Amino acid sequence: MSYASAYKEVERYLIDKIHFSLLSPIEIRKMAKVTVVRPEIYEADGSPVSGGVRDPHFGAIEPGERCPVCGNTREDCPGHFGKIDLARPVLLPHLGDKINVILQSTCRNCGRILLPDEKISYYTNIYLKLKEKWPVLAETFADEVAKQSSSVSECPHCGYKQYKLKFIKPFTFYEVRPEGEIRLTPSEIRERLERVQDKDIIVLGVDPKAARPEWMVLTVLPVPPLSVRPSITMENGLRAEDDLTHALVEIVRQNERLKNFLSSNAPESMVEEAWQTLQNVIAAYIDNELPNIYQLSHRGRKQLKTIAQRLKGKEGRLRGNLNGKRVNFSARTVISPDPYISIDEVGVPEEIAKILTLPIVVTPYNIEEARKYVLNGPYNWPGAMFVYKSKQNMKIDLRYQRNYRQLAESLEIGDIVERHLINGDIVLFNRQPSLHRMSIMAHKVRVMPGRTFRLNLLDCAPYNADFDGDEMNLHVPRLEEARSEAEELMLVEKQILSPRYGGPIIGGRQDYISGSYLLTVKTTLLTKEEVSLLMAAANYKGKMPEPAIIKPQPLWTGKQLVSLFLPEGLNFEGRAKINAGELKCDNERCFFDSYDIISNGRLLMGVFDKNAIGAEQPENVLHYITLEYGSDKAREFLDNVFRMFIRMLEIKGFSISLREVEIPKEAKEKINIMVEQAKNEIQEYINDYKEGNLEVIPGRTAEESLELKIIQRLQKLRDDAGKLAISYMDPFNNAFIMARTGARGSDINITQMAAMLGQQTVRGKRISRGFRTRTLPQFKPGDLSPEARGFIISNFRSGLKPYEVFFHAAGGREGLVDTAVKTSQSGYMQRRLINALQDLYISYDGTVRDSVGDIIQFKYGEDGVDPMLTYHGKAVNIDRIIQKAKGE
Amino acid sequence: MPSKLREEDKILGHYLVPKHRILSLEESVEVLKSLGIKPWQLPRISINDPVVKILGGKPGDIIEIERDSPTAGKYKAYRVVVSY
Repeated sequence: MSYASAYKEVERYLIDKIHFSLLSPIEIRKMAKVTVVRPEIYEADGSPVSGGVRDPHFGAIEPGERCPVCGNTREDCPGHFGKIDLARPVLLPHLGDKINVILQSTCRNCGRILLPDEKISYYTNIYLKLKEKWPVLAETFADEVAKQSSSVSECPHCGYKQYKLKFIKPFTFYEVRPEGEIRLTPSEIRERLERVQDKDIIVLGVDPKAARPEWMVLTVLPVPPLSVRPSITMENGLRAEDDLTHALVEIVRQNERLKNFLSSNAPESMVEEAWQTLQNVIAAYIDNELPNIYQLSHRGRKQLKTIAQRLKGKEGRLRGNLNGKRVNFSARTVISPDPYISIDEVGVPEEIAKILTLPIVVTPYNIEEARKYVLNGPYNWPGAMFVYKSKQNMKIDLRYQRNYRQLAESLEIGDIVERHLINGDIVLFNRQPSLHRMSIMAHKVRVMPGRTFRLNLLDCAPYNADFDGDEMNLHVPRLEEARSEAEELMLVEKQILSPRYGGPIIGGRQDYISGSYLLTVKTTLLTKEEVSLLMAAANYKGKMPEPAIIKPQPLWTGKQLVSLFLPEGLNFEGRAKINAGELKCDNERCFFDSYDIISNGRLLMGVFDKNAIGAEQPENVLHYITLEYGSDKAREFLDNVFRMFIRMLEIKGFSISLREVEIPKEAKEKINIMVEQAKNEIQEYINDYKEGNLEVIPGRTAEESLELKIIQRLQKLRDDAGKLAISYMDPFNNAFIMARTGARGSDINITQMAAMLGQQTVRGKRISRGFRTRTLPQFKPGDLSPEARGFIISNFRSGLKPYEVFFHAAGGREGLVDTAVKTSQSGYMQRRLINALQDLYISYDGTVRDSVGDIIQFKYGEDGVDPMLTYHGKAVNIDRIIQKAKGE
Repeated sequence: MPSKLREEDKILGHYLVPKHRILSLEESVEVLKSLGIKPWQLPRISINDPVVKILGGKPGDIIEIERDSPTAGKYKAYRVVVSY
């Protein structure tokens, strides 16, 4: 019977829980099919040594080999354990603490717990009861009992005197007797543990049904089968054994050495030495990274990977192979932008679409379609890779098939065709790091030429993607259930609103914002040609709107065009991003057009900028459309109108040049005067400080006060210079537009380009590093003036002075280091958080519970509100209700 | 100047300490019933907790804590007193 068919007949159970305990020596002996006594691996002729660590009885692993134990070939032989009979017992590492506790709290003569009988049975009773309801408390209780009994100095049962134990990790025990410290050998420890009675041991937290305490001292070591430690044959015919095999060889060698010493009556010191070496080697075999042991290593100093090392850490069995697996039906490649596909589509290269497949069951309704795929074969898209003939129970690989026509004709209802990905298939798209749920979203496939995944620019915000070489992963859900689940729950349009802060996470950025501003700004009047271009970009099929101006030629406003796409009945009132500084106004009587009013789906006033259509901006127009008209409507808006915004930029042309950040001579002179003034004031502070007249801030030293004052003054200087420079700027200056609408950059960036860079800092202080009392050699020692401590008066437009470049580099380097450190630290914090929170859930009664059903929070978020369906976290938004009512 | 307040009033009067109250047996049963849980499924509070000491809570008692909540205004949490 083959393994596969045997598997079918085996009765199957669901795993309810896993119980870990110790293997008893009897069990080890029972399951062992071979005893290892020889440290050699192969004989001179290359065959494995019988009684060595590669004995054939460990199971068949070579092709064609028959297992001498079970008679199976390597496909069916499960592998068999062997054993090493240890010449002397040896402690199991990692269990030292438990051994210590048991030895301390039991009598060294009779093995009873050092408490009177009635107390033992009383405590045992309590322990068993606690174990049922409060397992954590039971452990604490057992510790408490152990503490109590280990402080007793005379056995209440046999009256023997008790000594203190000294335990030196990982496996050395000393008994502190009056005559001195005596080392306990593992044999003695084992004898003592053997004397402990089953009924006593319960109260120390040991379950005698699962494990006897003396099993913590090994007398026989199990040797795992060969399939656990396969050897690798290299091309030149040389064999490389697994690290575990090497470790086992070392154990056998030391064991045999000890055996020899014992049988030849070697002096006690030599036996002792060999015994401790054996102890050490066995500990290393289990965990090669234990403190205070000699680590096993290859000849080339490389540490052996022993049992614990296989399991531990990121690449270990648990995190690397069980929690995280490599998967099939996935693809990865570079992403590039495509504003002409929908936000819930993804462009998939044809090459990839021909490899990823989806099984479709042939029905009377799709049999013609299925035939077409088969006819196209595996190399022509849209084709098929495999066909499962359900009647013959056969899998046919089309790559090795000549006659597609015959196969297509033989298709029957119920067959399964593994066809290529085609347009409209649902796939999951992902970009690491997957920090929130929007990092994996479902998209619809759109097969395209080229070799990159294509992504709508609006999806960049949730993935945090850009196109400087980013790669993304694509996964194909294959079952109908998985596909529909992905479509209903994970589709991009269902993720427009973020549960993180109750607002849209998908929305305009950069050029989309500049474009929407330029389209909706008051001065924009569009000719018929321009309107046609824009409407075509937005996929508008309706009638041309009435022009806003008829003579001398028909002209349309941008607001008119945007209004065409706003859902009917939408009302909105709010400040635009540009509503700040000189353009500030608080209500609809706004001269600067910076207060947005939408009434019944018509943009009456204000411009569209970051506050109206931006990504990650709660309570904007996009948010209300999604919340009140559904994500379908929002997707339509994002697909169509946003395309119009970039078309607007294409029509107008949008760029920045050096001229954008140039300010007139007059302004430069004014800034120079401001700089002089500030310098003088600061010189006064410094003089005051040197004379001791400086006003000291409470709780600070004189030096700190001076620094603070200087920094404050310099900050003011830069702000003033920036304000001045900006006030000279043309309102249709492109750099200025980008900063003010929130498309890119801020006033600070403009200040740095046009006016001055300002103070450079390292560790939040003015730069004071370099030489002993000065930053750079051209300054006088102890110079505290702004220039000598990293204040940069030049701007990027005019260029930096040589010494300023150094300061700028110092500040810039700190920024780089900060980001590197921050990402690694917050990454680890995220991991810890997720591990702690991963199995909490909101149950149907609104409470938050953990995996065992204990309550964590009595109402989710204390108010039971889903933030995704709220107005920026608030369940009810009174302002919005009033807005709606007012608009009617 | 050392404070004249007693330790108790210092703790209970502190602005970060919310209102604690030991529930009567009937109230406890009511609360557990409304949540549909057994007492050990509640979050725990140590008997050594300063407020529990002042109120004289014993293991098994259920304590109602009424907190100010930024989302819900007032929020009631329940904890069972444990002896560790």
